[in-house]
Amino acid sequence: MSSTIGTSQATVDPRMQALGIQEAGGKSPASPGRDVKNVVVKAILWVLLIGFALLFLYPFAWLLSASLKPRGEVFDNRLIPQTFQPQNYADVWDKLPLLNWVGNSLLIAILAAGLVTLSSSIVAFGFAYFKFPGRNLLFGLILATMMLPGAVTLIPTYLIWNNLGFVGTNVPLWATNLFGSAFYIFLQRQFFLGLPRELFEAARVDGASYWGLFWRIAAPLSIPSFIIVFIFEFQASWNNLQAPLIYLNFGSIENFTVPLGISYAMTAFSPGNGGQGDYQWVMTAALLVTLPMLILFAFGQRYFIEGIATQGRKG
Amino acid sequence: MTAVEDRAEAESSVATTAAKPAGTRRKKQRDKYNKREALAGYLFVAPWVVGFLIFTLGAMIYSLVISFSDYDLATDTAVPNGGANYAELFEDPKVMLALGNTLFYAVMAVPLEIAFALFLAMLLNRVGKGAGLFRTLYYLPKMTPSVAAASVFLLLLNGNYGAINRGLALIGIQGPQWLTDPNWVKPSIVLMTLWSVSGTMIIFLAALKNVPRDLYEVASLDGAGKVRQFFNITVPMISGTIFFNVLVLTIAALQVFDQAFLLFWRNQTNASPDASLFYAVYLFQQAFRNFNFGFAAAMAWLIFVIIMIITFIQVKFGNRFVYYEGDKN
Repeated sequence: MSSTIGTSQATVDPRMQALGIQEAGGKSPASPGRDVKNVVVKAILWVLLIGFALLFLYPFAWLLSASLKPRGEVFDNRLIPQTFQPQNYADVWDKLPLLNWVGNSLLIAILAAGLVTLSSSIVAFGFAYFKFPGRNLLFGLILATMMLPGAVTLIPTYLIWNNLGFVGTNVPLWATNLFGSAFYIFLQRQFFLGLPRELFEAARVDGASYWGLFWRIAAPLSIPSFIIVFIFEFQASWNNLQAPLIYLNFGSIENFTVPLGISYAMTAFSPGNGGQGDYQWVMTAALLVTLPMLILFAFGQRYFIEGIATQGRKG
Repeated sequence: MTAVEDRAEAESSVATTAAKPAGTRRKKQRDKYNKREALAGYLFVAPWVVGFLIFTLGAMIYSLVISFSDYDLATDTAVPNGGANYAELFEDPKVMLALGNTLFYAVMAVPLEIAFALFLAMLLNRVGKGAGLFRTLYYLPKMTPSVAAASVFLLLLNGNYGAINRGLALIGIQGPQWLTDPNWVKPSIVLMTLWSVSGTMIIFLAALKNVPRDLYEVASLDGAGKVRQFFNITVPMISGTIFFNVLVLTIAALQVFDQAFLLFWRNQTNASPDASLFYAVYLFQQAFRNFNFGFAAAMAWLIFVIIMIITFIQVKFGNRFVYYEGDKN
């Protein structure tokens, strides 16, 4: 590539520059035009990267700052509060039954994530290791259910729980996880298929039962995929709004989950509903419930990334 | 492999079938072993099958029955009423309104999500060192509970004192009334969706990393510019992933609930603009606020059919556009 092409391209729309792919080092053709171009491209790249990072982070900064402000200043859009009111973090626990909500959400998320990890991996092992008539048909069915809109089963599922007397309890929020979940089964199966089959044959020779193959051979080797499934479901459960709205949105607010509770507080504090516009506590609560997710991500980042990337690969 | 399997089979079943007559033992052992393995396989997948029969297949059939009935929750009785619920769907202007809103939103949101996610992924793919940090930062919105995101965006999007309009004012643009102007309701939800587009971005990033570098080198030697490289190499090489993301995001967009509910319909007494009534929200209201189960079930089947049709059309078109490498899939 000649140096003239290089310089002319530096003036092209920066987005197009960024869309391009890194060239092989940029060292070999040492022409001055090319160096200038590389510097310009690099600079644009970093400006864009940092610019987007600021855009993505701004709502977090806004939230953090609002959570430290007194009532009258919540909407002033200052990133550094005029009046610091860290007291919000002490008061919010009295103003809202936040401790109950966190406890409920935590219990439900652990049950949901623990159960779905166990059940999905058992089912996945069935598909990965054993040969049985109808296996491919059943697995195809699992993949097909991933496309099924939740609305179709929403009402009958409610009626099932209603008939069993579980509406108003947290059971509907985790119990269906006993039966495994399509995406997780797919993900775990991929993982099991990667294990060398000789391992299982050797264990069979040593007299291991089928359950032993799963529990003593496959499971210990699959901790990473267990972690992926667990943290994905934990996050999904922690953030879930619709199911608590359906199953818990009546009776005592102490039984609410965190998302349902905050949604309730947003309405209850609004002046139109007899509140006084104490949104600072909503902000404080919103920040407090986001934090566990950010911490979860900090520790499980590579599992999240891996899990999401796998999602794309099934297509 | 098969030899190992056979030996393992033979050895493992010796103990259990020792009592059988010696002559037919070998053949029977094989059959019995295969049956045992199949049985074990069925037992392992049984939890899913049971769940599927009750909460998917059973629920779907139940849902179909209810959609053709007048369902009374108090007495738990479904009285068949023919297709009355379905007829009502087409008479209720709100169903068509919600459907129109939802389709309009999907048409706006999906291409923007794809373009933005791909753009971010390419940006990250270009930086060597430091990409990890930015990937982390870009991913944080995806971790944020929708209720926390909504509580912030509700205030950021406020037409009078929200930060977004304040920011626009700085560059001389008078921002719209995002949350009350019917024309800006859907763009405001799109904005919130774009903020947490990083899941799609990660999928694109993984795909971009799989595009062989030498393709670009060859193209560049042949004098192909960046734009041509993008359309002639990048897009075809990741077309499978683009297609997958379009499918998934479309299905998600047609079912969008959280953002619309939290921004507009959380408060039952508030009057929100008609433009913010999304299909999933109206279905939820009909089912769990009015307990109009028959009607809501019919609504669910209508959106199911619409999603199936849209997916079918996308797959038809997609197959023409997606480039599959010989050794994949």
